[in-house]
Amino acid sequence: MTEDAARSSATQTPGRPDFLTVRNFDFFYGKKQALFDINMDIPEKRVTAFIGPSGCGKSTLLRNFNRMNELIEGVHYSGDIKLLGQSIYNKEVEVIALRRSIGMVFQKSNPFPKSIYENIVYGLRISGEKKKSVLDEAVERSLRGAALWDEVKDRLHESALGLSGGQMQRLCIARAIANRPKVLLMDEPCSALDPIATVKVEELIHELKQEFTIVIVTHNMQQATRCSDKTAFFYLGKLIEYAETQKIFSNPGQKQTEDYITGRFG
Amino acid sequence: MSRESSDSKPIAEVRVGPDLFHALCWVASALAVATLAWIIYEIVTSAWPAIQKFGFGFLGSSSWVPNREVFGVFPFIVGTVASSFIAILFAFPLGLAIAIFLSENFLPAPVRQVIRFVVEMLAAIPSVVFGLWGIFVVIPIIKIFGDWAVKNLGGVPIFSGPAYGNSMLTASVVLALMILPTVTAISRNALTAVPKTLREGAYALGATRWEAILGVILPTAAPGVVAATILALGRAMGETMAVAMLIGNSSRLSWSLLSPGGTLAGLLANQFGEAEGLQVNSLMYAALILVVITLFVNVLGELVLRYTQSQTAGIR
Ligand SMILES: Nc1ncnc2c1ncn2[C@@H]1O[C@H](COP(=O)(O)OP(=O)(O)OP(=O)(O)O)[C@@H](O)[C@H]1O
Ligand SMILES: [Mg+2]
Repeated sequence: MTEDAARSSATQTPGRPDFLTVRNFDFFYGKKQALFDINMDIPEKRVTAFIGPSGCGKSTLLRNFNRMNELIEGVHYSGDIKLLGQSIYNKEVEVIALRRSIGMVFQKSNPFPKSIYENIVYGLRISGEKKKSVLDEAVERSLRGAALWDEVKDRLHESALGLSGGQMQRLCIARAIANRPKVLLMDEPCSALDPIATVKVEELIHELKQEFTIVIVTHNMQQATRCSDKTAFFYLGKLIEYAETQKIFSNPGQKQTEDYITGRFG
Repeated sequence: MSRESSDSKPIAEVRVGPDLFHALCWVASALAVATLAWIIYEIVTSAWPAIQKFGFGFLGSSSWVPNREVFGVFPFIVGTVASSFIAILFAFPLGLAIAIFLSENFLPAPVRQVIRFVVEMLAAIPSVVFGLWGIFVVIPIIKIFGDWAVKNLGGVPIFSGPAYGNSMLTASVVLALMILPTVTAISRNALTAVPKTLREGAYALGATRWEAILGVILPTAAPGVVAATILALGRAMGETMAVAMLIGNSSRLSWSLLSPGGTLAGLLANQFGEAEGLQVNSLMYAALILVVITLFVNVLGELVLRYTQSQTAGIR
C-alpha cells in the first residue's frame, strides 16, 4: 500500500515524499532527553532545512540519520527512523553500509591531512575500490559536483590543508558525494564561510538536489528560504512546525515559529 | 578626577606582577642556558689534552688500554647507538600500541586510567632499581633464550655464541622498558590531539574503527609519534646506571647481541672513579661525544614535535 502511495505521488513530485521517515522518535544523552516524539517525512531529491534556536536538537536529529550519535557513550532512543522503508536500526542494516549511503558535511570543514585526491577517494578506498580508473573518475565527478574541479584540477596531489576555508568545505562536500550516497546531511555547512563562499555552497546545494536528498541545518533564515523546499522548526527538542518553506516563512502556523523567524526570540 | 585615579591604581598593581614574573622567567632561563654552557666548557677544557693528542682518530679507534695510554671509543659509540636502537625496536611497537589503546575507548575509562598510571610510574623507578631487576630477572631469562638461540639460530651473526647474561640484548630489553613511558606518553598526546572532527569525518564516510585509526588518526599523529621515538632514543643513549650494570662493559666489538658490549655512559660510570692523567681527559672527551650525540637527538626530537604542533594547529 505504501508502495502504491509512493508511486502515485512520484508522478507529481521529484521523488518519494517518504524517502526518510521519522516516527515517534525520542532521543536521550544519558538521562537528558534531547528529542521528544519527532514525526516527519523527508522527501526525496528535495532540500529540507532544520531551523530553531541553539540547543533545540537539530544536530542531534541529523546525526541520528547516519547513526553518528552511537559514537557517544550512554545514548539511547525509542521510536524508529526509516530510509526507503527500511528501519536504519534494523539488525541487518550495517552501520558501516548505512554511513556509506548517507553522506555528511560538518559545520567545521574537516579535510584529512592528505592530498586532495586522497581525501576524495578515502570512502571508496575503505570500501575496497582499487582500480585507478574508477578512483580517477570519482575524483573528477565529485570535484565537478562540488564546483571545485576548475580550481584544483592542477593540484590534486597537493595537501588539502593548503586550500582556503571555502574550498575546504566544498572539498568535504566532494568527499561526501564521492561514495554516491542517497542522502546528504549538512550541519551548518556555511557557518564558517564568508558570503561569497556561502553563495557558492548554496548554488551547489541547488545543483546537488537533482541527485541527492538533502537535509541542511542552518541558523540563517535567508539561507533556509533561498535553498530549501521544506523547513522544519524545532524548539526545545520538539518539532513545532514542518511545512513547505514558502509557507513557513510567509504564513507560519504556530506563534513560536513566527516569533523565531521574525527574530522576536530569546 | 577621583574616578581616574581609582582606575589607574589597579592597572599599576597589575603591571608589577607580570614584570616581576617576566624578570624571574628571564633569570631562570638565562641560568639554565648558562649552566649548559658552563658544563660544556668544563668538559671541553678537561678533555682538551686528549682532543689534542688523539683528534678525530679517537672516534674511530677501537683500543682502550689505560696503562699504555691508548684510548679510542669506537666500540662504545657503536654500543651506545646499537643498544638504543634495539631498545626502540622493542619499545616503539609496544608503546604505540599502548598509546592507541589509551587514546581510544576500547577499554572502560577507569581501566585506561590504571594502565596509564602504571606506565607513567615506570618513569619514576630509579635506574639502579631497573639494573637490579635486570640482574635478577632479565639476565636469567636472556640466558635461557641465548642458549636456545645459539643452538637453533647460531648461524645468524646476531645470535652467534657463546651466550652471555650480561649482554647487549639484556641491556636493550631493560632500556626498552625504561623508555616505554616516554614513547607512550608523547604518542598518546599526539593521538588525543587529533581533532575529533577528523575521526567523525572518517566514521561518517563509513570507516570502521580500525580503518579510522590506521587510515586517518595515526597518519595525522605520525609526526608526534616520530618525535616521541626520537626523544625516547635520546633518553636511551644517555641512560647510565642500569646499562652499566647489565651490558658487560666490554670494549670488544661483536655482531652478536648475546655478547657483552659497552656504552659511552657506562664507560664513564665504570672508570671515572679510578682514572687519572690522560685517562681522565679521554673520559671527558668521551663525555663530550655523548653530550653532542644526545643534544643532537633531543633537539631533533623537539624540532619534530614543534613541527607537529604547528601542523595540527592548522586543522583543529
Ligand atoms: N554529546 C552530548 N552529550 C550530552 N548532551 C548533548 C550532547 N550533544 C548535545 N547535547 C544536548 O542536546 C541538546 C540538543 O543539542 P544539539 O547539538 O542537537 O542542538 P542544536 O539544535 O544542533 O544546537 P546548535 O544550533 O547550537 O548547533 C542540547 O541541550 C545539548 O546540550
Ligand atoms: Mg548543532
